[in-house]
Amino acid sequence: MSQATATAVEALPASTRRAAGSAGDRVFEALCRGAGVFVLLLLGAIIVELFIGGWQAFRTFGFGFVTSLEWDPVQEVFGAGVPVYGTILTAVLAIILAVPVAFGVAFFLTELAPEWMRRPVGTAVELLAAVPSIIYGMWGFFVVVPVMARHIQPAIIDTVGELPVIGWLFEGPPFGTGLFTAALILAIMILPFIAATMRDVFEQVPPVFKESAYGLGATRWEVMRGVVLPYTRTSVVGGIMLGLGRALGETMAVTFVIGNANRIATSLFGPGNTIASLVALEFGESQLGSLKLSALLALGFILFVISFIVLAISRWLLRPRLKG
Amino acid sequence: MKGSEPPFLLNQHVGERRVNRRSLLVAATAATTVPLFGRTGFAQQAQITGAGATFPNPVYQKWAEAARPAINVSLNYQSVGSGAGQAQIRNRTVDFGASDAPMSAEQLQQNELMQFPTVMGSLVAIVNLPNVADNQMKLTGEVLADIYLGKITKWNDPRLVELNRDLNLPNLAIAPVYRADGSGTTYVWVSYLSKVSPEFKQKVGVGTSVRWPAGTGARGNEGVAGTVRNTRGAIGYVENAYALQNNLVSTRIRNKAGNFVRPTPESFSSAAENADWSVPHFAADLIDTQGADSWPIVSPTFILLPMNPQDPERSRNVMRFFDWAFQNGDDIARQLEYIPIPDKVADAVRQAWTQQIKSGGQPVWTASR
Repeated sequence: MSQATATAVEALPASTRRAAGSAGDRVFEALCRGAGVFVLLLLGAIIVELFIGGWQAFRTFGFGFVTSLEWDPVQEVFGAGVPVYGTILTAVLAIILAVPVAFGVAFFLTELAPEWMRRPVGTAVELLAAVPSIIYGMWGFFVVVPVMARHIQPAIIDTVGELPVIGWLFEGPPFGTGLFTAALILAIMILPFIAATMRDVFEQVPPVFKESAYGLGATRWEVMRGVVLPYTRTSVVGGIMLGLGRALGETMAVTFVIGNANRIATSLFGPGNTIASLVALEFGESQLGSLKLSALLALGFILFVISFIVLAISRWLLRPRLKG
Repeated sequence: MKGSEPPFLLNQHVGERRVNRRSLLVAATAATTVPLFGRTGFAQQAQITGAGATFPNPVYQKWAEAARPAINVSLNYQSVGSGAGQAQIRNRTVDFGASDAPMSAEQLQQNELMQFPTVMGSLVAIVNLPNVADNQMKLTGEVLADIYLGKITKWNDPRLVELNRDLNLPNLAIAPVYRADGSGTTYVWVSYLSKVSPEFKQKVGVGTSVRWPAGTGARGNEGVAGTVRNTRGAIGYVENAYALQNNLVSTRIRNKAGNFVRPTPESFSSAAENADWSVPHFAADLIDTQGADSWPIVSPTFILLPMNPQDPERSRNVMRFFDWAFQNGDDIARQLEYIPIPDKVADAVRQAWTQQIKSGGQPVWTASR
């Protein structure tokens, strides 16, 4: 985000140099520069504000706040370990579930689909991204969770859960909610972002490359694997990171289905929590100036840092394509 | 099952979040229409503002509707949560604050506030078990505490079978469900469990959100109810009004006298009658009270009022409003499944107004008005 803004600000003088002297251009330049700088300042202010708000928690618990697994509002002992674990686990699981499907969608749209189907299906995928997250949350709670609780989870617990080595990943009572359900909903939510990015970059592969490969007798899959993927690799990874960024910060949909327990569950069907969900749930009843409020703001700071790193990596990987 | 779920979604009238949304609407309507009315002839109508607990919001809104024509006082109440209500009255941005948990004596003194109860509510335990109907299952506080501590994990545990000889309890895992959002409901529930189980008090304690050793969390009353519905073997806690309106399966609970009581208006009133209301600041403890028929989990909700109001006229109107509600609002409260406070308590509240709320040394509230 910040890098894009920075490029915009740098690019301005170059384009306005020719018309230097005109008052209108100078005003325009100042306005645009102001807008660019404003976003940077806003971003900085949010980070600083979150850090100041969370300072009390950081000071009380030290660096251990980030890793501590305790979250006890009664004893006023707070740690970010459980929500950080839940946030990263659900986001990574969501990526694992979403990427193959997104790849399939993008491959179908660019290589296999007949021309008349490409636009409607592409639009449908993009519309999925516009559904508000509360809708996904309610759909998850009223439709997905009962199905998980009655059919999918009992079946998996009774079969895979009995296996010796990986069984512990799938044990416990079938609540229907839990880390896995949250990851599933997240996967559906980030699917359109990843699929749209992949489709765009696949379409940018110069046709002559693909035609050459076809001319050599390569199959579609061989063209995809040998030409398209190597050509677009960094952009594809960037798109995945974009989806990851969204999965990390998602709040409402996750709150409905994750089970909201501040414990580390080894089982994927066990309840957990994410940073965004915990902050949303606990914020309402936190007293002004309390250690709990400070801990919640500190959690917000940690989430900001994680999201910032992920988005920065994604921007960096997508840079060649964005410039083009 | 699929057919029965959408109505459940639509029929929530007392669920907190739903109420929140409705109150927002009410607040928004009030904010836009009232000034207009003011200009067109209702200028004498007195405005009062309040903010706080979500639990009593439905009854405050109904009272406000009924009181407007009766005493010409128009209330704008925003259900923002007890914590926010306390903060707002501390900063004096509203005429009164509302809180489910009583404020401590020191905090009241420090902020120059007086506190009084308005209505009471009760909590029930709800279960989802095959072949168990409403009010069939019998539970004790100790057993509930051990379920929520994760010590009793199966429905055919000997202690549960012992209490329910007439039920055929299955070999099914117990799935305790709790409120994941900070709430007064959780505060009352853990207050009860802590009172009957020293171990629960020591391991979990009392607060609007606590560290639960077992179970899964859901958001709001409707979230808890929905999770209990979805999960075979689940147990949860919700406000009685919510359980009634959604036909949830509640249980009987053993009270202090040793009787397994049903959650009925009579058993709630019995708890209110048996409570000691003469404690300072009306912070009566209605958890696990004496009395053969008393329901053990009842809790009052409170109003916070400045002792030295900046604008005595507005403060007087707040008191006129609640005086009217104590006299005429009992039926409205009962319709919404709240429990009105006993008349003797209302009288004591009026006395406390006269004694404690003063402006320039003179009491703001006089019985004759």
